[in-house]
Amino acid sequence: MGKRITIDPITRIEGHLRIDCEVNNGKVSKAWASGQMWRGVEQILLGHDARDAWAITQRICGVCTTVHAVASVRAVENALQLEVPLNAQYIRNLIITAHAIHDHIVHFYHLSALDWVDVTSALKGDPAKTAQLAGGLSSWSGNSRQEFTKVKERLSGFVGTGQLGIFTNGYWGHPAMKLTPEVNLLAVTHYLQALEIQRYASKIVSILGSKSPHIQNMAVGGVSNPIALDSQSVLTIERLLAIKEWIDKLDDFIKNVYLVDVAAIGAFYADWTNIGAGVMDYLSVPDLPLDTKGTKFALPGGYIKGGDLAGIKPIKSFNDQYFRDGVEESVKHSWYKGGKGVLHPFKGETEPDYTDFQDEGKYSWVKSPTFYSKPAQVGPLSRVLAMAAQNHAPTLKYLTGVLDTAGSLAHTKIPLAAVHSTIGRHAARAVSCAVQVDELAHQWQLLVDNIGKGDTATFNKPVFPKGEVRGVGFHEAPRGVLSHWVVLNDGKITNYQAVVPTTWNAAPRNEGDAIGPYESSLLNTPVADPERPLEVLRTVHSFDPCLACAVHVLDNEGKSVVQVKAL
Amino acid sequence: MRIIVLGVGNILLTDEGVGVRAVEKLQLDFDLPAEVVVIDGGTTGMEMLEDLSNADHIIIIDAVRSGNAPASIIRLADEQVPVFFKTKLSPHQIGLSDVLATLELLGEQPGGVTVIGVEPVSLDTGMKLSPQVEAVMPELVQLVVTELHRLGVEVKSSVAEAA
Repeated sequence: MGKRITIDPITRIEGHLRIDCEVNNGKVSKAWASGQMWRGVEQILLGHDARDAWAITQRICGVCTTVHAVASVRAVENALQLEVPLNAQYIRNLIITAHAIHDHIVHFYHLSALDWVDVTSALKGDPAKTAQLAGGLSSWSGNSRQEFTKVKERLSGFVGTGQLGIFTNGYWGHPAMKLTPEVNLLAVTHYLQALEIQRYASKIVSILGSKSPHIQNMAVGGVSNPIALDSQSVLTIERLLAIKEWIDKLDDFIKNVYLVDVAAIGAFYADWTNIGAGVMDYLSVPDLPLDTKGTKFALPGGYIKGGDLAGIKPIKSFNDQYFRDGVEESVKHSWYKGGKGVLHPFKGETEPDYTDFQDEGKYSWVKSPTFYSKPAQVGPLSRVLAMAAQNHAPTLKYLTGVLDTAGSLAHTKIPLAAVHSTIGRHAARAVSCAVQVDELAHQWQLLVDNIGKGDTATFNKPVFPKGEVRGVGFHEAPRGVLSHWVVLNDGKITNYQAVVPTTWNAAPRNEGDAIGPYESSLLNTPVADPERPLEVLRTVHSFDPCLACAVHVLDNEGKSVVQVKAL
Repeated sequence: MRIIVLGVGNILLTDEGVGVRAVEKLQLDFDLPAEVVVIDGGTTGMEMLEDLSNADHIIIIDAVRSGNAPASIIRLADEQVPVFFKTKLSPHQIGLSDVLATLELLGEQPGGVTVIGVEPVSLDTGMKLSPQVEAVMPELVQLVVTELHRLGVEVKSSVAEAA
């Protein structure tokens, strides 16, 4: 007899996502992803000055503040066809990249690694054997026997107090946990080291963004960082040199620890390369503009249908008509007033219409976006595939490296097709992070060189025309394609829609009743113990879900509840 | 000495943002010495790790659902603070409690934590506080100042007498 599992909420971070699965014969046969709270943030923006939107939108989410600021200024600049000075592009690119690196490191080590790594098993790990194992994988200076001994003692002390603290909700001892005690000890050690390393990425964002944790330097038309090489209060050579030092530390960790760990964990969980593919239509956008108009980018993006890399349709500029025309949203299965069919974001409406959870009807506060009428998966896997498809050399190098390392550890050849999977999303995130840390150094050099030429411009003053203008600002955020759509009248906002990455991935069924990427990825996932559905969490967490922006935060309960009912 | 006054909450959800509004008012109305660091944490989490590490004391201001009368102010200190996190009274504690648990793991936890909470009246979409919560703002900020005094910090009003 089948069972129905309800996990609510599914993430430890903000937001409120509920997943329902029907399990038959030990596998998921049907799935629903539901955002459990309403987002009305867009309505706050109506009537506001377009220049203020970015500061308001960065409050939508506690995890991705900067990304909404970036997408918002780009949307308004797009509506005005306003160019952005090179220095401002580079400074934004540095913030974007440092933020993404921070997000990826924290997601892998602190928010999802414990789906795969058993902390309690790490206590049984032998530090000498762990050092031997680690030495064969990388030259990282933090992989010494002394370091592993120290971590083991620290962990024993922490666990010994009975207060597991941050490790409280893990599925320790679950039959789906497969790492040896030594690999667990290695991973837990890197968990702690990652806590130190992520600070460098945060510091880059806060120095360039003028304030932490919410950046203050964004402006429609550029950034507000004055550049003067002889003043203490602004962006100086000293500060730029400090940033370069932090970039180097991040680079060392990402290349010698993160990429290696993903490959090693992937090798132990090679069966997870066959689980969790879901929607294989992938959407990403180009990012890190290299010119003032947004027609040249450091990182390419595009649309890949059915996993066919050769058939990629590149998205080429901030004015790309193919992207602009392709996005629509359905509310047929969402708790909003509908009846008008799919709507383009410029015409989007956000009028609540709550029913209850109806399996075949409305069941989510998340809208269902489509690209040319089809659901699309977004995120690191989408962008890594798009970059690989367009022969982006660093992407191909890191991707091949991860697959080869995992293959040699698992004693088998792992093909590129293996990335269409749960574990593949983690691998792609690490590859993306390595590409981004290279870009961090690249954008830093571009900024320093451009300032060296005597260019200190950071801002072009926006001029708002009378009457209506529309713009879209897109950004390849850590979790994937983020787009803000704005309609302005005399410089005031008359419509605003944010189509966020988690909306794409956590989409409920759409106008044609096709299931969304989370739902699709869960089908056929094996579930060993319905009371402890670790496997379901693994697949959903591999997307790095963050619903704070997809829905509205209003929860007073933090505890994840698993309910299992017989069907 | 380093004392952090941390306002948390989502300013897009009316009273949810009371902590952020309180630190804005605190900075406007008082001259704070260098040892007091004011942070508008919004609803962020791990981004604050660096800023919150090795503090002598953290005063958290937040919307707290304690079951008390609307707009009432509560103060939690010492052994009551873990209860604040365990019972998950406020919507963004998951992020903040993770940061504090992480600091503990790193051995960089604050010397002490005080929570000053306000029972929200409205959590609707909107950037203004409810009139009831707006009305208790002076009292709320004064309570933070009292807390700073208790910690041995001299704080002066910056509002000119003539004003």
